[in-house]
Amino acid sequence: MNWLRRRFQPEQIRELVLVLLIFALIGLFATQIPNYFTARTFNRISTSVAVIAVVAMGQTLVVLTRNIDLSVGSIVGVTAYVSGRVIMAYPEMSPLLIVLVAVLLGAFLGAFNGVMVAYGRVPAIIVTLGTLAMYRALLVEFSGAKSVITNLLPQWIIDLSRLNAFTVGELQVRLLVVIAVVVVILAQLVVTYLPFGRRLYAIGSNPEAARIAGFPAQRIVFTTFVISGALSGLAGFMFLARFGNITVVAAQGMELESVAAVVVGGVSTFGGIGTPVGAFLGAVLIDMLQQSLIRWLAISEFWRDALLGLLILLAVATDAVIMSRLRALWARHELRVEPTPVQKEAGHA
Amino acid sequence: MRNRLAPLVDALKSWEAVLVLILLAVIAVNSRIAPGYFSVGNQVNLFVLSIEKIIVALVMTLIIINAEIDLSVASVMGLAACLMAYLYANGVPMPAALLIALLTGLLAGLWNGFWVSYVRLPSLVVTLAGLIGFRGLALVFVEDRSIGNFPEWLNRLGQRPLVGPFPLALLVFFVGAILTVIILHFSGFGRLVYVIGNSAEVARYSGVQVRRIKMTLFTVSGVVAALAGLLYAARLGAVRGSTAQGFELDIITMVLLGGVSIFGGSGTLWGVLLSILIILNLRNGMGLAGFSAHVQTGVIGFLLILSVLIPNLAAAVRERLRLRRLARGERLATTPETPV
Repeated sequence: MNWLRRRFQPEQIRELVLVLLIFALIGLFATQIPNYFTARTFNRISTSVAVIAVVAMGQTLVVLTRNIDLSVGSIVGVTAYVSGRVIMAYPEMSPLLIVLVAVLLGAFLGAFNGVMVAYGRVPAIIVTLGTLAMYRALLVEFSGAKSVITNLLPQWIIDLSRLNAFTVGELQVRLLVVIAVVVVILAQLVVTYLPFGRRLYAIGSNPEAARIAGFPAQRIVFTTFVISGALSGLAGFMFLARFGNITVVAAQGMELESVAAVVVGGVSTFGGIGTPVGAFLGAVLIDMLQQSLIRWLAISEFWRDALLGLLILLAVATDAVIMSRLRALWARHELRVEPTPVQKEAGHA
Repeated sequence: MRNRLAPLVDALKSWEAVLVLILLAVIAVNSRIAPGYFSVGNQVNLFVLSIEKIIVALVMTLIIINAEIDLSVASVMGLAACLMAYLYANGVPMPAALLIALLTGLLAGLWNGFWVSYVRLPSLVVTLAGLIGFRGLALVFVEDRSIGNFPEWLNRLGQRPLVGPFPLALLVFFVGAILTVIILHFSGFGRLVYVIGNSAEVARYSGVQVRRIKMTLFTVSGVVAALAGLLYAARLGAVRGSTAQGFELDIITMVLLGGVSIFGGSGTLWGVLLSILIILNLRNGMGLAGFSAHVQTGVIGFLLILSVLIPNLAAAVRERLRLRRLARGERLATTPETPV
């Protein structure tokens, strides 16, 4: 126990448990689902995780500051659709430029959220509930009920989702997955080492104290919403590459999935607690569960969401009950003063 | 004179007064662009098209004033409707199926309430899990089918006027609205809802049974959502797995636009009733003018943001003016007084 306590923080133990849970579930599915342990399954799950993981990173930063971004699903839909239309109109355009368009558009939509929350002092849940509807409405109006169709897209974007970055044994790691992992690592580095990242925790733990301490809280909260929007824009591009066909309801409901991933990953909705890596593990767990349950014949695929709801609740309940005990245990040991020589002698006598 | 007018002036400055003005503006525009807008048929129709949402919004008002939120209502509506249809299709008599569906709503509410009030998890997360989970359960029952062919009396109850021009659901809303006004504004329970919303901690130290009240609210929310889901099924005559999906956003928007603070402790049911009227009339008018449902929702989303932004900006401006006046006052005070 002492060994454990010295080497790990409670958050790391939680992440370790998530990793173990993911492996245990993979083991379970491997015995239940025929042909589960194949490169195809890995590809299917990993590309699906990639999109939601990128969105979840932005969501993590926002939730850390005790806010929430419910508009990410709509932003992913808008950026996926718009970048699809841009590609259709200018097939010769460089891929990087298209990604830039998607990211900038997402950042712009996120900036509106940020201005309203940080400077207009409107609660984040109200702003993003409003923009969830507004951005979707803009998309419906803009599209004129036309969809982006795979056949009309240039070949490179269709190939992109099958493009391998590298191969490990039989497992092919797609470029989209590499992008997602890079985003996760960057997010983790930012919250661990940059002043901006540390301030997210300070603001989330106690907004009032952070303000009095002189943190530019408004600017930081604004920035998190811009980042969340930009990452949703990137995810929108990845969404387009993955599916090709984009209708006006694309990515509807992704806001709830990203909040679920973040919460299962141990990020507290009260702000100040949690890590991007944890949120990534939450995204992996949720998406892996969803993708696998569809193929588990013993259980009707329709049980998927019911189980998912239960999983989220259990994850949070364990968090509340066990993690608070663990944190208390760690804090107690850190506070314990080393015994002085006199006390030691008294103990020997 | 000024003192006697003060309450009136305050009332005019209140959020409800703003809502009345918005409502009058919407009605004025509607009546110009849509002939027959004032007909009884259109007025009843305007209510009937969203009647299930506004019934649930009544209870949601109490929950948000209590500083909690229930995102799972639409899924509970779907679950109750799907379970009722599933049972009926499998030979259970309709009255029993309706009763079981209502009981399921009760259980769903107890489930949410337990995690929120006894385990003390944030209601946002608990009911988000409920949103996904209860919808999942609904899908377990109906899978990807659509179940209809309800008995004739149920369809008639859902679609035909029962008393005068009013169908059953509208009567349920009227009775529910009166009951909610009495409970929230004229009963001890209602006072406690506000007290807990302002500070659950203070309420607990003052001996208020915080847990019991939260539990009650979530349970009632579950039952009412189930009832609304059944009314919806009866009105449409068939259910699918996606029945009532996404309604929670509309319902919460109605409550927040009514001036209820998302942080709890303030807001009135009068405001919410006005905002319901505004939203219904706005949708009705925009529908008559040919805007799609998505655009209607977008406009209402924008209105929701404005409803909080504008009072905030007004407060900021007033604060700045007050500071300037104070600064000027100080300068005056520091100048030497002239003898009279």
